[in-house]
Amino acid sequence: MTKPGIPRRTFDAVIVGGGGAGLRAALQLAQANLKVAVLSKVFPTRSHTVSAQGGITAALANVSEDNWHWHMYDTVKGSDYLGDQDAIEFMCRNAPSAVYELEHMGLPFSRLDNGKIYQRPFGGQSKNYGGDQAIRTCAAADRTGHALLHTLYQRNIAARTQFFDEFFALDLIRDDDGYVLGVTALEIETGEAWLFEARATLLATGGACRIFRHSTNAHINTGDGLGMVLRAGLPLEDMEFWQFHPTGIPEVGSLITEGVRGEGGYLVNKDGEAFMPRYAPNAKDLASRDVVARAIAQEIRAGRGCGPHGDYVHLKIEHLGADKIKARLPGIRELSMQFAGVDPIDAPIPVTPTAHYMMGGIPTNLHGQVVAPVRYGPEEPTPGLYAVGECACVSVHGANRLGGNSLLDLVVFGRAAGQHMIEYLRDNPFPRPLPSTPLERSLARLARWDRGEGSETVAGLRAEMQQVMQAHCGVYRTEALLREGLTLLDGIEARLPAAALSDRSRMFNTARLEALELENLLPIARATLVSALARTESRGAHTREDHPDRDDDRWLRHTLYFLEHADGRDQLDYKPVRLKPLTVEPFQPRARTY
Amino acid sequence: MRFRIHRYDPESGAAPSLRDYELDFDPKGRKVLDALIAIKDTLDESLAFRRSCREGVCGSDGVNVNGRNVLACVTPLEGLKEPIVIRPLPRLGVVRDLIVDMAQFYQHYRAVKPYLINLDPEPESERPQSPEERAELDGLWECILCGCCTTSCPSFWWNPDRFLGPAALLQGYRFIADTRDQATDERLDFLEDPYRLFRCHGIMNCVEVCPKGLNPTAAIGKIKSLLVKRAL
Ligand SMILES: Cc1cc2nc3c(=O)[nH]c(=O)nc-3n(C[C@H](O)[C@H](O)[C@H](O)COP(=O)(O)OP(=O)(O)OC[C@H]3O[C@@H](n4cnc5c(N)ncnc54)[C@H](O)[C@@H]3O)c2cc1C
Repeated sequence: MTKPGIPRRTFDAVIVGGGGAGLRAALQLAQANLKVAVLSKVFPTRSHTVSAQGGITAALANVSEDNWHWHMYDTVKGSDYLGDQDAIEFMCRNAPSAVYELEHMGLPFSRLDNGKIYQRPFGGQSKNYGGDQAIRTCAAADRTGHALLHTLYQRNIAARTQFFDEFFALDLIRDDDGYVLGVTALEIETGEAWLFEARATLLATGGACRIFRHSTNAHINTGDGLGMVLRAGLPLEDMEFWQFHPTGIPEVGSLITEGVRGEGGYLVNKDGEAFMPRYAPNAKDLASRDVVARAIAQEIRAGRGCGPHGDYVHLKIEHLGADKIKARLPGIRELSMQFAGVDPIDAPIPVTPTAHYMMGGIPTNLHGQVVAPVRYGPEEPTPGLYAVGECACVSVHGANRLGGNSLLDLVVFGRAAGQHMIEYLRDNPFPRPLPSTPLERSLARLARWDRGEGSETVAGLRAEMQQVMQAHCGVYRTEALLREGLTLLDGIEARLPAAALSDRSRMFNTARLEALELENLLPIARATLVSALARTESRGAHTREDHPDRDDDRWLRHTLYFLEHADGRDQLDYKPVRLKPLTVEPFQPRARTY
Repeated sequence: MRFRIHRYDPESGAAPSLRDYELDFDPKGRKVLDALIAIKDTLDESLAFRRSCREGVCGSDGVNVNGRNVLACVTPLEGLKEPIVIRPLPRLGVVRDLIVDMAQFYQHYRAVKPYLINLDPEPESERPQSPEERAELDGLWECILCGCCTTSCPSFWWNPDRFLGPAALLQGYRFIADTRDQATDERLDFLEDPYRLFRCHGIMNCVEVCPKGLNPTAAIGKIKSLLVKRAL
């Protein structure tokens, strides 16, 4: 039994994460009158979805002729053919209804003169399977994530979802048959451990770019759900694929949305040359993100970068004029003035490729069920466990995500997972008994940080890990670089036991949270290096200079990484890409040019 | 650089106090949050504060710096008088150090029913809204719920449990102003109250401190004039 005095709550479903993905799923369940709890380590509207700028992609055809087949083609091509085509079809086909639904909920989209939702062009969007630029991304100025997250939170208030704000989830509770029966969590304000029991658990814990030194992500993006999954013996998928966004503000990392180039901005090097046409003659500045990021890195390498160290390029938008900048890109102007010290109405914004998005994650099917190879095949659902959003890999983004497709992923698969959970709960009406010591592991993890004199600090080890990942696993990779990175990471991990906290208080101990987050970040960095080392090809965002070509014969498959496995530590397995869509003809892999 | 930071450890039984820190730090281009993080990472791990996006959009790190409510992550260090005094947002209960109890603030937010109410059948596509109608929402929907405005408002200080405060009222008006919303009367009924709305005396501290440049006083004025119009 659990120890007396440990708070224990029971729900039909528990959702870990109050970002766009978690809130969309919660809404589905709450509206079906199920008892659902949302745990979030920050008040929900502080989740990182709030920072999304440019928009959400759906073939509404409000501005240019469009249909979901073209959106699907672009997404498959953008993924460098690693995306699963059944999931991609599902997402693109459901995109318009998902966006209309957001509008009905009250999302304040910008509008066209005819009263319809405003759409802007984004990278990698085409008409007619690779033809002219399409205009497909629906926007609320350049604060679409804010609008989306607040709207979903507001709908959940209306639906009376139960929120546990500032609760930090620790571990999954799993029984011997593999069923997930809930989570353990730390109530941040009191420092108490809680037990949340539920017949269905959904992870929506967001991204993990904080493994890198320079990232567009919030401090809280530490991949906690991925750590929970690895500790439960489940794999992570395609962890070598991280998107480096072409336009982050140097050093600070704040993002300058691709929507800026969609509105007509373009990149120049120190000679004032608009260089993108040399790399992508058709799409130019609106080529896919991996292409633009590599182009900027090449310019910088060739000594054509700007600034005293030549380590960034310029993004020019002055020609758009003050009115358009103020109306369409107010948030960007604010960020640029605050963090780059320039008003883009007068001067170009310095930008450089910056870690931005995790294409890999917790493997799921298109119902959001977490899948893993167990006995009968590579994709057996883990009963009671779901994952959605950036922490999940369904996989619609494959080796490279298109802009505007993440917010879409959140709402389409958030809804689908919520719907599937409703059915699962109906089919599994009775709670299964909890394992005899459901809290043991979490309590041991907490107790570990209450002991010892430290010769190492959490902040110090984290900074070293971020430095290693930045230097050894960035836009360009080689075997030697990755191998060296892994050796360095081994060294850092070996020193983790020597780290201790000087602050052992209970209440709102944020030092302890950072320690627990580091325990999640380190295995994610490890999964990334190990997966990247093994993949001896270049595909999408994973660029191996020693293997510059895509190799479909050997590598048109998904990586699965296990931290702990019966066969030992750091085990890799592979599974085929789902090349067959649900209803339409497959898109066969072709050379990818823009 | 010299800092003087509010410390309160609820477990120690000690009274809150200000503690001095001397940090070797180049302020150029850096923000107050950068300094707080550097203090935590290198001098005193026990210093507790909230933070997330570090770019002024999530609203986690509202604090009072040299007497003014700000977001730590977008407030430049350069130009601040030393020692830089950092305190929690005023008037709310302090949980620890710079962390305040926002429960009351969130309760007022929920009280204004901050969601679109429209009972018509949902059309197959979007509900149309002209750019002009949509422009009525600008300056309202961007609120990040950081609490800087409400905790700078004397009316809130005197009646924190009954006056809704500028942030909640701004959100109340955000839905009144939305052409898609059908509950204007119900919303006005709720707001027509000597405390909830009418404690606002137009002092405008909220406008002065809002890190997003929003104007709650103007929104409150519009609610008041709608009430007047309705009464005629
Ligand atoms: C600057 C920026 C701009 C972007 N712009 C766009 C765009 O224009 N269009 C687009 O499509 N995509 C964009 N993206 C990507 C997109 O915003 C994200 O991928 C997406 O919002 C992630 O949503 P999520 O719900 O999966 O996670 P998040 O919104 O990050 O939410 C994660 C949630 O999990 C909770 N959580 C995490 N760990 C724990 C734990 N241990 N215990 C309890 N709770 C926990 C957090 O509190 C939070 O509530 C952008 C990303 C960035 C960084």
